[in-house]
Amino acid sequence: MSLFGKFDLGRTNRSVLSAWWWTVDRWTLAAVLGLAMLGVVLSLAASPAVASKIGLSSFHFVYRQAIFLAPALVVLLGVSMLSVRQVRRLAILGFAGVYVLMVATLVVGPEIKGATRWLSMAGFSLQPSEFIKPLLVILLAWMFSEAAKKTGVPGRSIALGLYGLVAVVLVQQPDFGQLTLITIVFAAIFFLAGLSWFWIAGMAGLVIAGGYSAYRMVPHVASRVDRFLDPASGDTYQIERALEAFRAGGLFGRGPGEGVVKRVLPDAHTDFIFAVAAEEYGVIAGLLILGLFGFIVIRTLLRVQEEHDLFVQLAASGLIVLIGVQSLINIAVNVNLLPAKGMTLPFISYGGSSLIAVALALGMLLALTRRRAGGTLHHGTYTKRAYA
Amino acid sequence: MAMGITSKNHDKASRGIPRLGYDMVARPDFRTEASADLPETRTLARGRKRIGLAIALFSVGFAVIGGKLLMLGAGSLTAPTQVASAPRPMVTEGRVTRPNVVDRNGEVMAIDIMTASLYADIKDIQNREEAVQALRRVLPHLNEKTLRRRLSKAGGNVRLMRELTPRQEYAVHNLGLPGINFEKEFKRVYPNGTMAGHVLGYVNANNEGVAGIEYHIDHGDLLAQEQVAVSVDMRVQHVLRDELAQAMSTFSAKAAVGVVMDVTTGEVIGMSSLPDFDPNDPMASEDNARFSRATLGVYEMGSTFKAFSVAASLDSGLVQLGDRFDARKPLKVAGGFSIRDFHAQKRELSVSEVFMHSSNIGTAKMVMELGRDRHRSFLSSLGLLERPDIELPERGKPLLPARWTDLSTMTISYGHGISVTPLQMTAAGAAIVNGGFKVSPTFVRQDGDLKERKRVMSAQTSKSMRKLMRLVVAEGTGRRADVAGYPVIGKTGTAEKAVGGGYSRKALLTSFLSAFPADNPRYAMLVMLDEPQGTKATYNFATAGWNAAPLTGRIVRRIAPMLGLKPEGNWQSPLQSVSYTQR
Repeated sequence: MSLFGKFDLGRTNRSVLSAWWWTVDRWTLAAVLGLAMLGVVLSLAASPAVASKIGLSSFHFVYRQAIFLAPALVVLLGVSMLSVRQVRRLAILGFAGVYVLMVATLVVGPEIKGATRWLSMAGFSLQPSEFIKPLLVILLAWMFSEAAKKTGVPGRSIALGLYGLVAVVLVQQPDFGQLTLITIVFAAIFFLAGLSWFWIAGMAGLVIAGGYSAYRMVPHVASRVDRFLDPASGDTYQIERALEAFRAGGLFGRGPGEGVVKRVLPDAHTDFIFAVAAEEYGVIAGLLILGLFGFIVIRTLLRVQEEHDLFVQLAASGLIVLIGVQSLINIAVNVNLLPAKGMTLPFISYGGSSLIAVALALGMLLALTRRRAGGTLHHGTYTKRAYA
Repeated sequence: MAMGITSKNHDKASRGIPRLGYDMVARPDFRTEASADLPETRTLARGRKRIGLAIALFSVGFAVIGGKLLMLGAGSLTAPTQVASAPRPMVTEGRVTRPNVVDRNGEVMAIDIMTASLYADIKDIQNREEAVQALRRVLPHLNEKTLRRRLSKAGGNVRLMRELTPRQEYAVHNLGLPGINFEKEFKRVYPNGTMAGHVLGYVNANNEGVAGIEYHIDHGDLLAQEQVAVSVDMRVQHVLRDELAQAMSTFSAKAAVGVVMDVTTGEVIGMSSLPDFDPNDPMASEDNARFSRATLGVYEMGSTFKAFSVAASLDSGLVQLGDRFDARKPLKVAGGFSIRDFHAQKRELSVSEVFMHSSNIGTAKMVMELGRDRHRSFLSSLGLLERPDIELPERGKPLLPARWTDLSTMTISYGHGISVTPLQMTAAGAAIVNGGFKVSPTFVRQDGDLKERKRVMSAQTSKSMRKLMRLVVAEGTGRRADVAGYPVIGKTGTAEKAVGGGYSRKALLTSFLSAFPADNPRYAMLVMLDEPQGTKATYNFATAGWNAAPLTGRIVRRIAPMLGLKPEGNWQSPLQSVSYTQR
């Protein structure tokens, strides 16, 4: 016990805030805040065109994005102050609550563009599936770590069950983007939790089979893949416009407000905001965004590699895989490396649910990656000295 | 305490981990009981390696995307979707361009301007209903059902609207609808509106000429020209149309026609046929207005025809100016038909008097002196018996008697029993006064040397005719056509229109065939009024001397100075002239 006191004393007093400040990963925090800021700046570029197109005031989306930023930052910072145990409790309670909402979308959700993914509440539409992702990650990590600890809890079965529960609703909505994402994250956590290569091969087979059946049975999935593989086979309008944007923007961009592709590009403020940013601010800005995501992902993975607690390792890895894969897929679609997929760019794309859910995920990530005494091997020097 | 357990369990897996069981002590917020024996240590170690793999995968992913971004930014990327992703041209050249039409002085009469047509590329339409509603919002006149039907086609490029104004184009562009594109097209514009509609003609929706000079441009192989100069002088055209419209209104006429022609070259300096139409929107007018009376309509011209009959008689040498003809009694001919005079003098008349008083009896007797065939061939040499060879597609074919009998010759001598176009009349009148050369009317400006001309009568005949025609204006029926300073020569004509198998005394067609200046005419003119009514100022007379003749005078007074003619000594300012004629 004396160790804890000694460790803390070297830094500052014992208030929650200062304890948080000295333990949180400040570099990642800075990168995250940078992304949030960029999100508001870029919504200034992309949103007015979309807003005026659908008859709203020019700054409708900008204001809403800015309004959502405040609760998002509160969530981010607040959650990042939680302890590991509190994060887990939050996940349990949150998952239960959000899952109910998700099921509710199937029953009472309004149909928007052929899917029932949203709930209308007090003038805002809420997309519960955005929130279910990070919460599911925590529960999966917990179950897999329990399984590894051999505490008698059938962790893997429960994890698979939780995944199945969410997957069923996502298929019903339908939302194949989110389904792809949670499947990748599920596989990643399973993989990190020590899945044997035999099972890995089995799961890969399952994913390929699932993808193929989606291709065969769901028309719009098929058409998107076909159009990617063979652009002549159909409408590649969005991708064409997006590529046009990159070319027009060049390295340094047309300049703020000078973009034109945003006027003809559907979803300019959500799925294709990256292309809009690149047209106005240049590929340099695109590289900055990409670099921030890369920095957060790689830095976090390097940190959790040192992690000594399996649950923390799995949960943090799962969250960062979630954020990393989502951003990679979104940007890859923008630059025509992947077929069109309705996936938002975390923190940058417009969307209140997405913004707050990402804040929740990164808040939990920051909470989990906060330095705890003995939490990581990296800081073992102190303990070594203490025990020596 | 934990150290022993750690090392005992998995030596290999726990390599690199300090052998200290610090975690149980140091984690106040975490359960400690599970650490009693750490079964997950092996998993942790394996996880570390696998996280390394994840780091590698993510690094590759970010690097690949970063690379692609750089290539896109540098513009050096040959994307696999190059063909499809090449920016589609928003502007393409649609209809062909046409040469400008200018008048003889180079003033623009017809010009192409660029307009936008609205197209939908069906496969790029994302949301048909949204597109329909958005387009209807900025183009409310578009029919919703039609729009929806066009956007429902399976594919291809569908035209939704033509000739958008720049404002409309801007509004549609700002809708930002995917798949809605513009194509630049040429639209024909006639800045002078109705002014010279029957000369210019018009184009169809594909910018192809279908009437007037526009037709000639397409079919006369002039499309490649930079501009086409017509023979018309817009200043003269303006005066001509203005005066015709006034006269038509004053005399409540059904229609009015005017042709001004250069007597040497046959160039039509001005031509108007009222009612007329706006070539910018020809289909807004009725067929009646689009009908070119001057070139396509054929009419029994009446007494103006006597000029040709007298010229034929004089040129044959069989009739001399001094010969006299008995006009005391109506001329009885076969079939109980008799020829009467309108201004009956009831005496023997000289050739001059026959012409001046417009005696039907005298003229009929005169042409019978030279006979049917000579009279006929003379009319033919003036180009009155066949369809004229002009640039416009609106060319009327004269109506001739089925059998050209002696009776035909007699009625034709004073302009009944034959129908010709006003344009032909003008050209034939020009030949009478220009020294005796055939005149072929044309609507294209004649540059360069004068073509070799064909003589159709002696210079002496032409000179005699000018004297006779001057007599008509100076002392006869055409007195009201005279203009101080610009002496006019001419011949009136009042034809009774053929109505229901007979001739009507009420429905008249009045005309005045004239030329000026009198001693050496440069321009010939024909004006014609269809069913003019008498007015208080004309003492209810509706004959040519009361309407067509003064109309000619007013036109000459205005256009002669424009055409560079020198006034003679008795010239008066227009203001004086007005007070003179209104006296």
